[in-house]
Amino acid sequence: MSPQSDPGAPSRPADHIDSVEPDAAEASVTGPKLGFVGWVRFGWRQLTSMRTALLLLLLLAIAAVPGSLVPQRSSDPNGVTQYFDDNPRLAPILDSVQMFDVYTSAWFSAIYLLLFVSLIGCIIPRTKHHFEALRARPPRTPVRLSRLAGFTERELPVSTGSTSDAAAEASIDAASKQLRQAGYRVERYALRGEPSVSAERGYLRETGNLVFHTALLGVLVAVGFGGGFGFSGQRVIVEGQTFVNTLAAFDSFNPGRFFNDTRLTPYRLSLENLDAVYETRNQDAIGQPIDFTAHVTVQGQQGEAEERTVKVNEPLYTHGTDVYLLGNGYAPTITVKNAAGEVVFTDAVPFLPQDANLTSIGVVKVPDGMPEQLGMVGFFYPTQSELTTGAYTSSYPDLILPVLTLNVYEGDLGIDEGTPTSVYTLDPSTMEQLTGGDTGVDSIELKPGETAELPNGLGTVTFDDATPESSSTDAADGDYSQSVPRFASFDIHHDPTQIWVLIFAALILGGLLVSLFVPRRRMWVKAVTKPDGRVVLEYAALARGEDPGLEEAVTSFADKHAGPRPSPVE
Amino acid sequence: MQLTLDEISILCVYSAMVVYAIAFIAFSIDLAKRSAAATAATDAALVEAKQAVAVGAASDATAGTGSTATAAPGASARPSKTAAGTGTGAVAYGRSPSLRVGVAMTVLAWLLHLTADVTRGFAAGRVPWANMYEFALTGTLIITTVFLVVIVISKHDLRFLGTFVTGLVLVLLGVAALNFYVSPIPLPPALQSVWLVIHVFVASASVGLFALGFALSVVQLMQSRREALLDTAKAAKATFLATLPDSVTLENLAYRVNIIGFIMWTFTLMAGSIWAEKAWGRYWGWDTKEVWTFIIWVVYAGYIHARATRGWRGSRSAWLAIIGFSAVLFNFTVVNLFFKGLHAYSGL
Ligand code: HEM
Repeated sequence: MSPQSDPGAPSRPADHIDSVEPDAAEASVTGPKLGFVGWVRFGWRQLTSMRTALLLLLLLAIAAVPGSLVPQRSSDPNGVTQYFDDNPRLAPILDSVQMFDVYTSAWFSAIYLLLFVSLIGCIIPRTKHHFEALRARPPRTPVRLSRLAGFTERELPVSTGSTSDAAAEASIDAASKQLRQAGYRVERYALRGEPSVSAERGYLRETGNLVFHTALLGVLVAVGFGGGFGFSGQRVIVEGQTFVNTLAAFDSFNPGRFFNDTRLTPYRLSLENLDAVYETRNQDAIGQPIDFTAHVTVQGQQGEAEERTVKVNEPLYTHGTDVYLLGNGYAPTITVKNAAGEVVFTDAVPFLPQDANLTSIGVVKVPDGMPEQLGMVGFFYPTQSELTTGAYTSSYPDLILPVLTLNVYEGDLGIDEGTPTSVYTLDPSTMEQLTGGDTGVDSIELKPGETAELPNGLGTVTFDDATPESSSTDAADGDYSQSVPRFASFDIHHDPTQIWVLIFAALILGGLLVSLFVPRRRMWVKAVTKPDGRVVLEYAALARGEDPGLEEAVTSFADKHAGPRPSPVE
Repeated sequence: MQLTLDEISILCVYSAMVVYAIAFIAFSIDLAKRSAAATAATDAALVEAKQAVAVGAASDATAGTGSTATAAPGASARPSKTAAGTGTGAVAYGRSPSLRVGVAMTVLAWLLHLTADVTRGFAAGRVPWANMYEFALTGTLIITTVFLVVIVISKHDLRFLGTFVTGLVLVLLGVAALNFYVSPIPLPPALQSVWLVIHVFVASASVGLFALGFALSVVQLMQSRREALLDTAKAAKATFLATLPDSVTLENLAYRVNIIGFIMWTFTLMAGSIWAEKAWGRYWGWDTKEVWTFIIWVVYAGYIHARATRGWRGSRSAWLAIIGFSAVLFNFTVVNLFFKGLHAYSGL
């Protein structure tokens, strides 16, 4: 690459601050007369130059900005929908340049891929060169040390009966030894009869730098593949229910590109109960969640069932999957009977929380057993209170005064065609509303344990009280605390490359620390014969890269080797 | 009347702000005095130069005192660029009482500030950096701490940065106390993690370092403009800059502060990812706050590269450090308050 005037120096791009500036005349001669190979080489050198790396880094920073200004499909799909509604003219234009998928967009990818190509082009020659440098001898002692950093002189101590030549040899020997002990690699030289030692240390600095840059590449590769082999799935489990880790059991499932479902271990996960603790004393934070703990039992195909917990911030690692507690809410148990008194529906229905006090919305779908299909849209208030408008709201997230209201619809649920529909929404377009809204009939309103008549003599609906038999008090006594089961929504992931990302991240940090704080320096000690025949010891050093402590290092070495300077010479 | 811990904390915050204001004034007076000293030195140099010319002596005498003397005919006193440290028109500047008052007041303010922070922590029963008010309280405390530590350990006299540091801390603390205050409330489950302690603390520490790096880079740019004027033999106005280190020294200092900040920021980013993995089930999801953490990281990586790139060392890389710290401030204020994302911890 760059002219190698100094074989011991780290190989750097030609425009690195420590590289030798290319001869201007030479550059202008080779400039315009490049053949094809020449052009390729020229292009490659441009791509792997410091300037290009810098430019691409700055471009990357700029390109990342729009993703924080505009909602992204990956992290905020609802925000994107909202954005389209709010900005119907602008949104499609932004979409056409992938503004809603910035971090997977062609332009963002192009920048970081170019950056990493540049990085590869930069680290390969450097690594090769560094391996050679590790085996090379420290370079010849320069003829004149006085122009180098930290230059200092000391008298050569000559003991009586010894020649100054012998003393010089002995002194340089001692210097070599001391330098080697200080972690330098040393090499003796003798120039025109003047003995000297050339020493170099801090190869670790370059090693750290290379480890750092290579680990960056490692993270990119691991992240790139991580999505491919893993999966992530979501599942809502009501207290008392069990989930088996199979494809069909997930509410939603996102496999990676290389994933196949034989890799799922069919273990069982049961939610025994979900404890929710809310603040009750601090007046400024009444009702604020303090703790959610899901008590679960996990059972593999063989083996005992184990009791475990899943908390926010404390996922459960089991059977090669990571189980996260991402949400929770109430799942009122609702039973519907038809006019003949037969049970046509009974289930704990998860209601989705809408606010901090867990006002929740849920849907009941009764496809069979009724004259027509029946749908109900419900609101659940764990602690019901009435706004001045007469509307209900929840004023506390725990079960103090739970109330369920239901609006009943009759008609076609739209689930017979086999097209998947969400269990959390009801499409009323093909149905007739029977209660609430403009119908003139009041919505059904139930407390736990209560039953109401459905309109038009269709049957009854019951809000079951789930308080366990063993409990000493129940809803009948006004203690509703256990009357409605809770549900937990779990994210279940498997990402085999995550550990690699962590390892590379650790290497990045380690490499960075080493490369920024280990000084790389050369030091020389030379016995010089002055014109008057006196022999003095000269010390000097050279920094390879940032090295604020260099001069001090020379002085303190000289002091250690030949004793402190008697008095300032200046 | 019995004060609650949080009331004591608030009292300390306001007292600290008053003392910071006094420190700021003292540091500003010091800067003004530096300008005066620089002007005086220039005048003295001019007089000396004239005398030197008058007696036809060699102009050696002027070389040491100040290159502004180049305005004087016959004086070849413009120092060469290679002369280290004092060569570029530097004016020796002794210890000024106002500078000492400034430092003493900063220490006093720091003590009050520390008390405010600790009592706030006890009032809330946890680390005091879980919402925007507390983050500002602790972050500014760390900025002052870093400043005090640096002036103790640095070989160079960096007390002149006091005007910037106390000014910045005063403004941030004032904004936080007046606009971001929330009474201490327990942590929501998502924030109950050792990573809150580690991640946020290290982030604040890097902000403290970046703030100092920023100040040094700004002074570096001013200094190098002044040096450029001197180099072209134009008369530069004598300002406090004449009493400060030369631009290369300032750049090296800024670099050292910034790379420590950068390493901490790298750690912040990684610790944040580990926490995100535990709390949200993914270590990286380009949430707005993650995006800005990344942007800041890349800008400072660019800064480090710029320092090592021919043609970029010096003023250009200083600008990158300035952009980097602007992004840090932006991340803390605008992103926290106006951008939507998972990191909704401002508590407002
Ligand atoms: C993927 C993006 C990159 C990032 C985030 C990055 C980051 C960094 C950082 C933080 C440092 C300082 C730490 C150290 O010395 O190890 C550094 C140094 C360095 N980088 Fe990069 N880098 C990137 C790409 C590149 C590329 C493409 C090149 C080659 C042109 C390169 C060449 C260098 C060199 C030569 C140094 C040493 C600078 C010195 O002598 O102080 N880097 N890089």
